Amino acid sequence: MTIRERLIAIRKALFGDSARAFGTLGLLLLLLLAIVPYRDHFREWYRYQRNYLGLIRGRDDALTLRRRFQGGVRQTWIPELGVVDRCASCHVAMKEASLRDVSTQPYRPHPSVPHSLDEFGCALCHRGQGVATTVMEAHSSTKAWEEPLLPARYFEASCGQCHMDKLVGTPRLNAGRALLARYGCVHCHSLTLPDGARLAPADDPPSLEHVSQKTTREWIFAWIKNPQAYSSAATMPNFQLSDNDARDISAFLIAQSTQVEGAGAPPAGTSPIAPSDAVVQAGSSAYGESFCASCHAMQNAAGLLVGGNVGPELTGIGTKAKPDWLREWIRNPKGYDPETLMPHYRFDEKQLSLIAGFLGSKTVPDFVANIHLEPATTPQTAHGKQLATEMGCAVCHQINGIRRPEDFAPDLTIVGSRPLAKIVFVPGMERTLPAYIAAKIKQPRSFGTALKMPQFNLSTTQVDNLVTALLAQTDRARALPGRLRIAGPSGSDYQPAGAAGRLMRDLNCFSCHSINGRGGDMAPDLTWEGSAVQRDWLLKFFKNPNTLRPALIRRMPKFNVTDTEAAPLTDYILAAYQTPAFERDSIQPASDSNAIEQGRQLFYSKYACQSCHIVDPKKDKGYVGPTLTQVGDRLNAAWIYQWLKGPQTLRPGNLEPDWKMSDSDAASLTAFLMVQKGPRK
Amino acid sequence: MTKPLVGLAAAVLALSPGCSRRATQPIAKPPSAAPAAIVAVSGDKQLATIGTPLEQPVVVQVNDAHGAPVAGASVWFRSVHGAAFQPDFGVTGSDGQFTTAVTIGTLAGRYQIAAATTGASGKTLEIRIAELALGFRESQGRQLSDFYCARCHDSESTAERVSNHDNLIAQPHAFDDGAFLNKMSDPDLFAIISHGGPALGKSAEMPPYEHTLSKSDIAALAAYIRAVADPPYQSGEAVYAQR
Repeated sequence: MTIRERLIAIRKALFGDSARAFGTLGLLLLLLLAIVPYRDHFREWYRYQRNYLGLIRGRDDALTLRRRFQGGVRQTWIPELGVVDRCASCHVAMKEASLRDVSTQPYRPHPSVPHSLDEFGCALCHRGQGVATTVMEAHSSTKAWEEPLLPARYFEASCGQCHMDKLVGTPRLNAGRALLARYGCVHCHSLTLPDGARLAPADDPPSLEHVSQKTTREWIFAWIKNPQAYSSAATMPNFQLSDNDARDISAFLIAQSTQVEGAGAPPAGTSPIAPSDAVVQAGSSAYGESFCASCHAMQNAAGLLVGGNVGPELTGIGTKAKPDWLREWIRNPKGYDPETLMPHYRFDEKQLSLIAGFLGSKTVPDFVANIHLEPATTPQTAHGKQLATEMGCAVCHQINGIRRPEDFAPDLTIVGSRPLAKIVFVPGMERTLPAYIAAKIKQPRSFGTALKMPQFNLSTTQVDNLVTALLAQTDRARALPGRLRIAGPSGSDYQPAGAAGRLMRDLNCFSCHSINGRGGDMAPDLTWEGSAVQRDWLLKFFKNPNTLRPALIRRMPKFNVTDTEAAPLTDYILAAYQTPAFERDSIQPASDSNAIEQGRQLFYSKYACQSCHIVDPKKDKGYVGPTLTQVGDRLNAAWIYQWLKGPQTLRPGNLEPDWKMSDSDAASLTAFLMVQKGPRK
Repeated sequence: MTKPLVGLAAAVLALSPGCSRRATQPIAKPPSAAPAAIVAVSGDKQLATIGTPLEQPVVVQVNDAHGAPVAGASVWFRSVHGAAFQPDFGVTGSDGQFTTAVTIGTLAGRYQIAAATTGASGKTLEIRIAELALGFRESQGRQLSDFYCARCHDSESTAERVSNHDNLIAQPHAFDDGAFLNKMSDPDLFAIISHGGPALGKSAEMPPYEHTLSKSDIAALAAYIRAVADPPYQSGEAVYAQR
């Protein structure tokens, strides 16, 4: 009873008459209205904004900063890119360059980058949840939104969403994409870049159709057990085969091997005789003179690898290759493998003996020392074939009796957006996408011993680079508007025609030189070589390629082409590879001594060309650019003139600084250079 | 049936000395002598883009009062602004050295990482190792410098690049030559890169790059030159690790 009486009393006190009721309701309403500002007062972004105002108080430019500060939730909305970012609610000073000395987040100004923050927003590059207004939700992954901020070490992945080209500022992304091609990842995995271009492999796994002619079963056994034990530079991964599996696969590979068509029995009298030291020495010289090291590496006396990586390492080639095969391969590699990158040198018998003898002496006996294989049984060979099929050997290598499987491994086109819910993490692993991809590359079999992916031999930096390139493969990248995409160099299957074209394929010019967008980058681009050089010089150069750049390690070898081969090739190059920018004969260099003397003055004083080029070997020392002692016999006057006026328009990316030279300076220098015809004989 | 058994026994016998040796190895021996100093062996003054691992590991060595290496001394690494170490704690090996892989933090600037050990009287001995984190622009400058500038400005030759430094009459300054380059103002630095040596009355051997490189490329190069200057360039940029 008393409680009820009390309640009645309270009701009377609050709502007893209309004035009381009005006052009470008014108070209640005020209280309700106060809740919103009260709650905002305790939000993270509000605290950060208050602290920011405290931070700028007392600075010299406090007034300017205070005026530019805008409170409340700040949002960047770019519908075209699907960007809704509220990061600026806490990161209030992103555009305040004068706060460069502030190192506490979230108040640091954004470092200078090539893109405007208003045009691209934040989450496009940094990932994370742009619409969130708390640190936890914006930066970390939650159940609703799986994408945390991208760690700084993989940051270049964001650039790769739009940039297919090789940016100077993204060395890790560039290296990662190159590794995907170089280590043959894209043989098994297909990977389409955001612009729709399919990444093509850049390695050259050999055909195994005639492998028994090339090497022994014992060598194959040791190699497939551990390729890196033979050559640390080998790109073939380790499939972690058991002895029995390696025994059966090697048996199958020998069994499926056929004779090369048209190859007769090896010529008599070439049976291997251990060459004397003097012969090996002479062979070593021949190896050096043929510039084999431009493409092949070999360990020197100190155990360091010296040489290029276009072809395989040759330190143990004498153990790997059978002597007869080696000799025939050097004679004409196209006979064994028509698709090889190795040029067909026209060696005579003496050179062949020297080089084959020298290479035959480069052995690593330990590699096959303890391998004794019983003759293979039929079930073993059959098991070997089954293994080779299951493990996908034929994805990379041509093998008789096994068709190349398509889509052997999962497609990686959108691996950078793979939802965490679809990933099976190994216990104890960091549950993020970058950590998962890195672990997959580093230790693929740690996710299950039955997995097929082999073990690659990669450094931490290489793994980081690969993860960077793979994280660029996002859903978002494919949805971005096309105008943002910067395409990479488009692949070309350019084929030169006719007899010259056949010779160029035989010499494999494209292994080192690039023409019309196809080819290697070891040697100069020859797309416009026909406008650049003189006929007589080019003819002589084919016969005897003297070096133009003394400081260069990789050099053009002498292929021993005959006169009947060199002449049509020279004429083809001169006719076909001309720039549309100017006519070959459009400039007649001045021959009066005044112009030449003026050119000399410009060469030595105004432009100081001798810093990088040698005209007078007695006094000039620079060797960044090619030697110019005989440039008057080598280059066309029109080419020199146009080159001086803008080298990058003729060869993009060339190192020579663009002088934007005046017409008269260019003409005088051309006159001076055209009389550089070397010592007269 | 007996053969495998014999083989097994042989294997056990062959392995057992190895096992016993291995078992004693990981237990850190008490320090052979009291640590008196900790010194940096290698890995200091490296450059890396923010957030990425340094190319070379950092190696420190603990020495006793006579300068001899101390094995089994505990060493720990720390850094104020978020450099990470793998591992950040351990004991020195038989050569008195401890090696760690460093991932630099996410702020550009100079980092000081500290390696410490406990000395004779329980006192902490510490050494500070300087590393440099490059932001996006500085890293871009580094790439450009490697292609365009290093051939003359770096007097060291590498296997792939023979230095042209000594072929020039006016000796180009190394980019970390802070004593000289810090005296140049920003406009001077821009002018000499853009217009070549003669713009500042210097040698024409330095060519102009205004038509080869964009303005932002040149700004990136200048930022890189400022970042690597030794002694450091003073411009009001923060030295993060000192706080």
